[in-house]
Amino acid sequence: MPFTLLVNGVEHKVTAPPDEKLLYVLRDELGLTGAKYGCGEGQCGACTVLLDGQPVRSCRTPAGLTAGKKITTIEGLERDGRLHPVQEEFLQAEAFQCGYCTPGMILSAVALLRQNPKPSDEQIIQRLSGNICRCGTYPRIVEAVRQAASRQKA
Amino acid sequence: MSASNQDAIREYLLENQQQESIARLNYAFELQRREFFKLLGCGMLVGLCASAAWTQESGAARPREGEALPKTISAWLHLAEDGGVTVYTGKVEIGQNIRTSLAQQVAEELRVPFASIQMVMGDTALTPFDMGTFGSRSTPTMGPQLRGAAAAAREALIARAAEQWQVDRATLVAENGKIADPRSMRSISYGELTKGQQLVKMIASDVPLESPQAWKIAGTAVAKVDGRAFVTGRHQYTSDMTRPGMLDGKVLRPSAFKAALASFDGAAASQMAGVTVVHDGNFIGVTAPDQQTATLALQAIHAQWSAPPQSSDATLFDDLRKPLSSQGVSPENPWSGMHYTAGSLEQGLSASDKTLNQTYTVAYIAHTPLEPRAALAEWEDGKLNVWTGTQRPFAVRDELAQTFHIPAADVRVMVPDTGSAYGGKHTGDAAVEAARLAKAAGKPVKLIWTREEELTWAYFRPAGVIDVKSGVRKDGTILAWQFDNYNSGPAAIRTPYNIANQQIAYHESDSPLRQGSYRGLAATANHFAREVHMDELAHAVNMDPLEFRLKNLADPRLQAAFEAAARKFGWGKQKSSATRGFGIAGGVEKGGYVAICAEVEIDSTHHSLRITRVVAAFECGAIVNPNGLRNQVSGSVMQALGGALFEAVHFDNGKILNPHLAQYRVPRFTDMPQIEVELLDRKDLPPAGAGETPIVGLAPAVSNAIFAATGTRLRSMPLIPDGLPIA
Repeated sequence: MPFTLLVNGVEHKVTAPPDEKLLYVLRDELGLTGAKYGCGEGQCGACTVLLDGQPVRSCRTPAGLTAGKKITTIEGLERDGRLHPVQEEFLQAEAFQCGYCTPGMILSAVALLRQNPKPSDEQIIQRLSGNICRCGTYPRIVEAVRQAASRQKA
Repeated sequence: MSASNQDAIREYLLENQQQESIARLNYAFELQRREFFKLLGCGMLVGLCASAAWTQESGAARPREGEALPKTISAWLHLAEDGGVTVYTGKVEIGQNIRTSLAQQVAEELRVPFASIQMVMGDTALTPFDMGTFGSRSTPTMGPQLRGAAAAAREALIARAAEQWQVDRATLVAENGKIADPRSMRSISYGELTKGQQLVKMIASDVPLESPQAWKIAGTAVAKVDGRAFVTGRHQYTSDMTRPGMLDGKVLRPSAFKAALASFDGAAASQMAGVTVVHDGNFIGVTAPDQQTATLALQAIHAQWSAPPQSSDATLFDDLRKPLSSQGVSPENPWSGMHYTAGSLEQGLSASDKTLNQTYTVAYIAHTPLEPRAALAEWEDGKLNVWTGTQRPFAVRDELAQTFHIPAADVRVMVPDTGSAYGGKHTGDAAVEAARLAKAAGKPVKLIWTREEELTWAYFRPAGVIDVKSGVRKDGTILAWQFDNYNSGPAAIRTPYNIANQQIAYHESDSPLRQGSYRGLAATANHFAREVHMDELAHAVNMDPLEFRLKNLADPRLQAAFEAAARKFGWGKQKSSATRGFGIAGGVEKGGYVAICAEVEIDSTHHSLRITRVVAAFECGAIVNPNGLRNQVSGSVMQALGGALFEAVHFDNGKILNPHLAQYRVPRFTDMPQIEVELLDRKDLPPAGAGETPIVGLAPAVSNAIFAATGTRLRSMPLIPDGLPIA
């Protein structure tokens, strides 16, 4: 039974079964490969996307359940060639090494700042602790989120 | 042959030896010059002949006089008519930022804008042969090679301009992609100098290089190339790639290590729409139009396996002490049965006021790269193209050629910038599997290992047992040092301290698990044992651990690293207490000098601790990119924290007991200490690699800090897998 997903403001007819995990529908059917497979167990956060602004682990989320909700992937953050402030600050701080965790990190950070525009370092650490960076770039990621937050205030 | 080259060769042989077998190398360079130019268009192509040492070591013939195209090219550089510069290197980018730092060095020597450089990396059809990206060799070997090619190109361009203008070349300068004649105020771009021509220069590697003191592009914090592609998700890792008609592949894993297939029934799976079941010996796999179907097909296969009884981690450290079952000491392995002795251990011990005898252990740990191993394989008229995240594209090419009985020239391995490796991606496992499936399906196949496969069927950092026996005089002079490493490996096994009487040995063992390279490899285990033991000796003679180290140290570079870390940390300004401990450790490996000061906070009520602050001082000669280096050093400390505190692979009877991220804990944001990186830039020294050595100092510094606070000496890595022991 085909269903429709609203991804980055665009409606997509999906042919995958509704119990297929959102991650595979995004990557394999819609060609949006920014969300990554890291563990398939909801432990690493590499597959994070936003569902009505809330971060979810797309590797655990049946795609059918996301019909009718606004899905945002990393590909949807850039507007008219302009990076989202969180993307800009990640770039500025070079808050990545191999970059594989970066899309999930950025989306988790975007969700955090929407909910809490002025998070403390402790809040950043707590809210991002579900995302793993194996290269250990955590201090720079906190710095990037801190900088993005300070820009929001301004 | 220089000492550093000999070290590199030993390192290479060691790394190979710690794989399953020593890979056969193939040094034929297939690409003909004419084909290359078809690809490149006009301009100037500069090839750098491999240095004599590397040529001998690789077993290849030296380039003969008058030979049009030598067999061993260590670097290619192409200058196009439009001013673009393309650099070809077999190294790969795995997050260590070498794509950027190598390009900086080329831009520096060639005197072109950084943005005009494009790096083609890790493509066996386009890049010169390379042993692989490991051993922190990219900066000390590939750096000078590319700098040499770039410097030679620059000199050739100056010569051409001089000829064209009929002036003395000494009056000309190369800058910003142009040759300029300051006296006549004229200039000509590199592109114009080569216009409409196909110029080839083959050069030796002894062109003088720019001194780091004069660097303007190298040595600066140039931003990571393609950074925008990573923050927008546009970068295509192997696992993101597609090909027309591509299928998804999956492999049915055996029930246990060393298992043989006893019975197999794939009929139900074969009948599923679009599914191909492949059964070849012990290999069972499926291809399907999508991953979900592939997973369902795998579940529909009935297979029974028989596996021999196997040991568990409960007896690991006793098992590793047993002599090798196969008495054959591999002759190719220069470390086999390695011993190093100096003076007389017996005399040193008997002259000592205090002697110590302790044992240290390290567990198997898993690399856990966030991008699991993945490969996309495509057959075309009997030739094989494979995209895969590997540190050794040429070795994987050869592995594929051998597996499928085709010439290496018919295999092309391409490595997209990869989602990390940490020494874990030396082999071609996923590539071979994807190629086998693609051959059966007659279509391109992509295979991405699951996390469970990654934590089970990849290889691990070797576990090890290290015995240290030592003797020290009351004044703090170490007189005797005996050090025996079982299984974890010989990297950094020698002590950097000045000790008259030494006996150091590495002993090979039968590893119950598949083991291989890892960031820092055995240097972590050897530094852990050595630097904890140094702390024990310092306490035995009531000396400050830093003072004790400096007293026994003759190497000024390591002294400088210790002093820099101590200064930044404020070592000695505060005394450790029951709730707060300070520890120090350091060492040298692969040309890099590291010293770590760590602060831990003890919560004795909950038997827990936090590493609250880490100062890492690091020196690796002249710094090529301080921003990238800081990221590597800080990241090493963060990654080291896992192996220091809690990471361990548990196994029993041929099975891994914790093959999921919920069970195999890696460092997270909540584990993050305050990390301060102190870089020592030695512009008077050639750059050394930096991807590995900063990882080795944390575990001993933390163990020493825990002792300083609690009086409990922890001698096993991980230190606190189940929380702090109850005193």
